[in-house]
Amino acid sequence: MSTLTRSLPLLAALLALVLFPLFGSSFYVGLVTRIIIIAIFAMSLDLLIGYTGLVSFGHAAFFGIGGYALAIAFQDASVIHLWQALPLSLFAAALAALVVGWVSIRTSGIYFIMITLALSQMFFYYFFESPRYGGDDGIFLFLKPVLMVGSEDILNLDHENNFYYFALSCLVLGYLFLVMILQAPFGKVIKAIKVNEHRVRALGYSTNGYKLVSFVIAGTLAGLAGFLEGAHTGYINPAYMSWHESGVCIAIVILGGVGTLYGPIVGAFIIVLLQNFLPEFTEHWQLLLGGIVIAVVLFLPRGATSLLPRIRSLIRMEKSISLSQEEKAKGDADG
Amino acid sequence: MADAILQIDRVSKSFGGLIATNNITIEFERGQIHAIIGPNGAGKTTLINLLSGDLLPNDGTILFNGRDITHLPPHKISQLGIGRSYQKTNIFAEFTCFENCWVAAQSRINTSMRFFRPASNLKAVEKRTEKALELCGLSLRRDSRASAMSYGEQRQLEIGMMLATEPELLLLDEPLAGMGSEESLQVIELLRRLAEDHTLILIEHDMDAVFSIADQLTVMVNGRILETGTVGQIRSSQAVQEAYLGVDEETA
Ligand SMILES: Nc1ncnc2c1ncn2[C@@H]1O[C@H](COP(=O)(O)OP(=O)(O)OP(=O)(O)O)[C@@H](O)[C@H]1O
Ligand SMILES: [Mg+2]
Repeated sequence: MSTLTRSLPLLAALLALVLFPLFGSSFYVGLVTRIIIIAIFAMSLDLLIGYTGLVSFGHAAFFGIGGYALAIAFQDASVIHLWQALPLSLFAAALAALVVGWVSIRTSGIYFIMITLALSQMFFYYFFESPRYGGDDGIFLFLKPVLMVGSEDILNLDHENNFYYFALSCLVLGYLFLVMILQAPFGKVIKAIKVNEHRVRALGYSTNGYKLVSFVIAGTLAGLAGFLEGAHTGYINPAYMSWHESGVCIAIVILGGVGTLYGPIVGAFIIVLLQNFLPEFTEHWQLLLGGIVIAVVLFLPRGATSLLPRIRSLIRMEKSISLSQEEKAKGDADG
Repeated sequence: MADAILQIDRVSKSFGGLIATNNITIEFERGQIHAIIGPNGAGKTTLINLLSGDLLPNDGTILFNGRDITHLPPHKISQLGIGRSYQKTNIFAEFTCFENCWVAAQSRINTSMRFFRPASNLKAVEKRTEKALELCGLSLRRDSRASAMSYGEQRQLEIGMMLATEPELLLLDEPLAGMGSEESLQVIELLRRLAEDHTLILIEHDMDAVFSIADQLTVMVNGRILETGTVGQIRSSQAVQEAYLGVDEETA
């Protein structure tokens, strides 16, 4: 299959997303903005789970830190300059990921899961119990970031559509960035680490360095998502970084398709939409949501996005069967 | 000794109460094929693991080209020019042959911490990969998934990956185990060719192969060295006859 036919569904989806605000009401534009933000968050975790073989159960910590960095630094500001706020959030998340990663990548398997969980809970309780940062009430932000040159607004995120397109650009750039590093020499090494770390080390790579860099990249991207979420909702609280959020993020990645990058984006759509609309039908929507996740994992172990290639190969099989039947029929007629 | 590439001095390794290698001292001469033979559990693989850094010795020192590598981690030892293949096939099962060897070959560029250009642009790595595939006889299987190949072919790939790192000293842990006779002959031929400009330490149970290509032989039993010498010396050694070869011949 050529790269074009493979990326065709992606390009079609991108086009739909670009055109969406022209048709959707502002409620839906806001909802899809939130989905896009969660998609960035889940995609960043896929770099760890799907490509490096690191199942982090503390990824929400970096999401939360991205949001808190924005809220803490700019809660009393009269204007939030995007060029200051965004790098600050990214830097804070990267730094936190460096520390957490440095401690945790020495372990593997269940120990890695436990350590990332424990460290992220430490961040959670720190913010939960610090009155300076609002404790469990969190921090409100009354302004949206703006990009100004001189006194001209170039980009004001106060407009819902502007925010939407800004978040969408972040998603697309994040996706392209990850695709790029995965094709680069770095990507070859981390993919090999996922399959057989021992052999990678024996071949001459200091694998911890690669795992740490991957962890920091993923944490920084999660920080970007957290920054967007904080800016979008104007509210940040400790629940952003709870283990529950980390768990939902893992569920999104698995549901959409591990190790694909686009799978988690689809997963984000599924989960956030279900979270939004299931409660309208039933009080026990969480139960239903759990059932749906289980059903997808059972019937599509490679995630919801494996449905398309499956259908394609089914069609191809049908074709070749009917072709061979035709030939057989022809042969029978000849004979 | 004339020109030792690797010197092992009083190296011991124990697992709990079991002494897997006991006070081993050997020198390996540059440019030779030095085979290590011995019954199951003699400590041959353990010795290789100590040399490659997969295990740390409890005691003793290991010098490679005069440099102390006793406590170096595996990736540093690999970078110094010691390559190894594993007795228990240790490859990237989900990757193709080409990708398996690529990862090995890419380890020889200055740094693989590069993010901005596709790896496929690295022509030198590609050449090294192709060469390794050709040497191990898998050029035609270039795009086959490793997990879908026969056991013998996976063993060939195991060797190919080691070669793609262009080592100076090769540690081969039973490279012929599980290969068909056709494949075996090819690999023996390959080892002979490699011996022209490499040093080989070869663990092997196939005695015909060992006797036909080894320059030096070391016999290990119960974690100790029983005897070291040329093929002729070992064949005629009384101790070896009794402890090891004799048994083989009787059963044969
Ligand atoms: N990681 C380990 N932990 C505990 N015991 C070990 C370990 N590795 C090896 N041993 C033991 O050390 C002894 C030597 O094992 P080793 O694998 O070195 O033997 P070998 O000579 O390679 O044998 P074979 O010909 O069967 O490959 C064996 O008794 C083995 O059970
Ligand atoms: Mg062994």
